[in-house]
Amino acid sequence: MRTLVHRAVTGIAVVAGVLTLTFLLLHAAPGDPAELLLGPSATAQQIVAGRHTLGLDRPLATQYVEWLGRFVRGRWGTSIVTGRPVRAMLGAAWPATVRLTLLSLLLSYGLGLVIGAVQAARAGSRLDTTISVVSVSLVALPGFWLGLMLVGVFTYLLRVLPAFGAAGFDADFLGPWGRFLDGARHLALPLATLTLIGLGAAARFVRGSLLDVLEQPFVVTARAKGLSGTRVLIWHALRNAATPIVTLLGLSLPALFSGAVFIEGVFAWPGVGRVLVEAVQARDYPVVMAATAISAILVVLGNMLADILAVAVDPRLRARDAAA
Amino acid sequence: MSGVWRDRRSAVGIVLLGAVLATALAAPLVTSGAGGVPADIVATRFLAPLSQDAHGSFHLLGTDRIGRDVWGRLVYGGRISLAVGFLSVTISVVLGLLIGGLAGWWRGWPSLGLTALTDFALALPRVVVLLLLAALWRPSTPLVIVFLGMTGWMPIARLVQGEVRGLSVRPFVEGAQASGARPWRVLWRHVLPNALTPVFVTAALGVGNAMLMEAGLSFFGLGVQPPTPSWGSMIASGRDTLVNAPWVAAAPGVMLAVVVVSCTLVGDGLRDALGRRAAVHRKAFAVIGNR
Repeated sequence: MRTLVHRAVTGIAVVAGVLTLTFLLLHAAPGDPAELLLGPSATAQQIVAGRHTLGLDRPLATQYVEWLGRFVRGRWGTSIVTGRPVRAMLGAAWPATVRLTLLSLLLSYGLGLVIGAVQAARAGSRLDTTISVVSVSLVALPGFWLGLMLVGVFTYLLRVLPAFGAAGFDADFLGPWGRFLDGARHLALPLATLTLIGLGAAARFVRGSLLDVLEQPFVVTARAKGLSGTRVLIWHALRNAATPIVTLLGLSLPALFSGAVFIEGVFAWPGVGRVLVEAVQARDYPVVMAATAISAILVVLGNMLADILAVAVDPRLRARDAAA
Repeated sequence: MSGVWRDRRSAVGIVLLGAVLATALAAPLVTSGAGGVPADIVATRFLAPLSQDAHGSFHLLGTDRIGRDVWGRLVYGGRISLAVGFLSVTISVVLGLLIGGLAGWWRGWPSLGLTALTDFALALPRVVVLLLLAALWRPSTPLVIVFLGMTGWMPIARLVQGEVRGLSVRPFVEGAQASGARPWRVLWRHVLPNALTPVFVTAALGVGNAMLMEAGLSFFGLGVQPPTPSWGSMIASGRDTLVNAPWVAAAPGVMLAVVVVSCTLVGDGLRDALGRRAAVHRKAFAVIGNR
């Protein structure tokens, strides 16, 4: 419990830090938001008036407190480019990002566990080496490039999967089953890209953790008792390797989210990442600031979730927590 | 260090990386220029790899949609991408040594403050920070290097902090202090050099990660600006011609993967040569890096 409270406080501090950093960077950057908002045809008086409306003529500390107050209350302003409220844009976007990243996390770790365990059981064999080469290459591939190549093969060459968006143009006219199928087809390529990238890292780490555990005395004891290799691997080794694996799960969340940003951009997946990339390209400041904060919040929440999981899988952590 | 050569993986990594670096350095010798726009675009565009154009010049990797030689751009783009990777990691190493060294050397609140700063920076998603910076300043190659360097020092700082903390209670440090050396001198001459070796491992992996980041940013037009070729911006320009000239986007992606794999192999080999004292967190960084 104490660890969780500690983590929650740290998490809030990180989010507050991100908000402050975003605010300060925006003010340190060259260019006047008022000029940007009013466009090149604005007169000097209009810009002065604009600066006043935006509160840019007040002291920095006052501006900061006011901006923070507005942000916490969910008044994130309107997008300079689309004219839509920023809150509505991001409110529509975050479920798509969570869906994509969570599914990819489950898939890459589920498959990574199996592949890593097979490798650890046959460590040093030709199969192990081959899989290692493949997983190192997967980690090294630029995600957005892998996405493009998959589009080239599955969309242009084979013409079997769509490359853009989360739903087809006719999705509204389909029945519930048809709509689900349409969604799944659109999800296939971005999900496959993100999963393949994460899979290499997961398999490598599972293999490493398992090999570390397999060297320990209790594993030797279990083998000496005459238990089969598979049984020792699943019942003794895997359970003890669970803690570092869950810890990596938490550590890989920022990486996963980063990967998702680029992949959403490539596949026009309607998530926070695409909103962020497009806002950055168009220098749409209100959207950039809110999307940055939302991204940080998503990553912090994900890390806390991983901490809870780590305590759940490792009784030793619970005991240490109770003693503290 | 000799163990690195005995390890087959890292030997392969060093050879691959050396070959790519040598080709990039020898760019004027191995290409016929950076692949500028030819006078006769229609005659030379969309040529497949291993083909000859109407003027008799040979194109190893074909040409793109405005007739530029893909091999030439690949080699010259490699110069930019590799420079971004190595220079930004150099910045990260300097920052990491400074912040981690001081955090491990000092006691009390200055150390706590630096540790908190490192933890905070580590919790930020790197891509988001880079995108934020790209939105605020007009992207250019030097800025990309600085930004990547400023967002990549945290794993190194953590590593150095741990090493310095461990080293600072060792007898030779006490000996240096007893012989009258000033604290700064002890840190600089006696402690930091002994903390350097694990830094090389992280730095080797960091080069690959930085190059992947640069490629991602340049792909979205937020990094190296056209017409300067970098592997990321080449992939971006090949995106529109995925159907009739897939080699334009494919070649730089393959090169990126080769370089990043080499960095991983060299890093892994270094770590194994230094002994398996890698803690879980260090291994986690090795696997996922600091993307």
